Amino acid sequence: MQHTKRKIFSYLIPILLVLVYSTYSSFSAFGQDHAVPTITDSSTHHHNESSHQESSHAESSHAETAHEEGKVDAGKLIMEHIADAHDWHIATIGHTHISIPLPVIIKDDQGIKMFMSSKFEHGHAMYEGYKLLEGKIVAVNSDGNINHEATFYDLSITKNVASMLISVLVLCWILFSVAGSYRKNHGRAPKGLANLIEMAILFIRDEVAKPSIGPKYQKFLPYLLTIFFFIFINNLFGLVPIFPGGANVTGNIAITLVLAVFTFVITSINGNSSYWGHIFMPPGVPKALWFLLIPIEIIGMLNKPIVLMIRLFANITAGHIIILGFFSLIFIFGAMNEGLGLGVSVLSVAFTVFMNFLELLVAFLQAYVFTLLSALYFGSAVEEHHHEEHH
Amino acid sequence: MELVKPGLGLIFWMTITFSIVLFILSKFAWKPILNSIREREDSINNALDSAEEARKQMSALKADNEKLLNQARAERDLMLKEAHEMKDNIIAQAKKSAEEEGHKIILKANASIESAKINAMNELKTQVAILSVDLAEKVLRKKMEDRAQQESFVNENLKSITLK
Repeated sequence: MQHTKRKIFSYLIPILLVLVYSTYSSFSAFGQDHAVPTITDSSTHHHNESSHQESSHAESSHAETAHEEGKVDAGKLIMEHIADAHDWHIATIGHTHISIPLPVIIKDDQGIKMFMSSKFEHGHAMYEGYKLLEGKIVAVNSDGNINHEATFYDLSITKNVASMLISVLVLCWILFSVAGSYRKNHGRAPKGLANLIEMAILFIRDEVAKPSIGPKYQKFLPYLLTIFFFIFINNLFGLVPIFPGGANVTGNIAITLVLAVFTFVITSINGNSSYWGHIFMPPGVPKALWFLLIPIEIIGMLNKPIVLMIRLFANITAGHIIILGFFSLIFIFGAMNEGLGLGVSVLSVAFTVFMNFLELLVAFLQAYVFTLLSALYFGSAVEEHHHEEHH
Repeated sequence: MELVKPGLGLIFWMTITFSIVLFILSKFAWKPILNSIREREDSINNALDSAEEARKQMSALKADNEKLLNQARAERDLMLKEAHEMKDNIIAQAKKSAEEEGHKIILKANASIESAKINAMNELKTQVAILSVDLAEKVLRKKMEDRAQQESFVNENLKSITLK
């Protein structure tokens, strides 16, 4: 008994440390990003004019915009933290941005162009006919104006891609070591990490796959486990405010879109005759009403992955927005009065700690919900209906 | 609105990465993990089943033993009871025969005492008769010494005799 208790604590302590650290560092990173320009208002302004005169018309860094208006633009600031980026921003100390440049890959009619995002100098420079505008790559003409006609595909390794790759590597490393420990510990009780992972695996198998899918659950189990762990680890990485976390991977609609499409494709491939029959030949309905019912059924079918996509995206993004919102409060009040900002910071940190705990729950819950709904959709696709009896 | 516009690059990389991850994990992580979990569950279930079987056998054995023990106990009780009865019988018989024997002895003794008494009585009677006859002879001899007395006595007795 004592032993298990200590073991649980040995898992809890790192999580707590990460949480404390995360609140602290998102606080400090945020603070340096925006508080410094507010205080040294005039000097920054001067600095801008002298060093970046040639590109001042495209000057869009949030710090400058914020203090030019004399207040913190919380909405814009939050969006920038949630959105994808071409460099991995860690902190801004004074006017030095500390960020990890990420590779930019552009496919256009001239072929594939690859270079590091540092060539753009945070939106201040053009490179190979492209530049950064509000964090997005845009094609420019030789005179520096935006070329709206140019077609190109931006396949860059962005912050979200990089974060996803890191989390996937971590996930693979964890699961391979677990698989190795199973091989080594054959037939014995699991130990350490394998114990923790097995709890989740058994939960997905016994509480999600078996009751939702039925006897054919074995076939879908690897996919369900993969999405569960993929979403869960990316949710957790999203809660860590600095490298290698801090990206809003599962709160990005492209990621959730791909996940939902995977679920949809697997559902469609495995759909049996009764599943498709329900959609294209609604049983027990007069044929005259089919023209009405079939579109509804098709919308219902497409609705499922869309719901999956939006739920995960909205939940994770909302969590990030709330946490960032609490921190923005500090600087909004700080811009009015420094003492007020300090006072509010106590409340903000307290609320953010609470929110982080809530987000830990949400990280698990959303991974679970996505997996459960996918399992339910698979279950409906492979279920054997007996129309005659039911309708 | 920027938030709900999926980026092409991200979709591209996500699709590739996720497909690879799905494949690799299915092949190298989930398969061995799920297999060994299933094997372990099977072996645990088997062990539990055989334990249950052994338990059943044990209880059957125990029941057998109990039955045997009960039987033995019943047999012992029976034997004890029989022995008791036998003892009682023997005692009762012995008592009875002893009583009979005693009775017989007493009867015999009584009879012999009676006969001895009768004998003694008879002897006494004859002795008394002999003595009294002797005494009467002596008395008579003394009394009938003179003739007159003898004649009066005979007369007296003759008077008392009536002829029928």
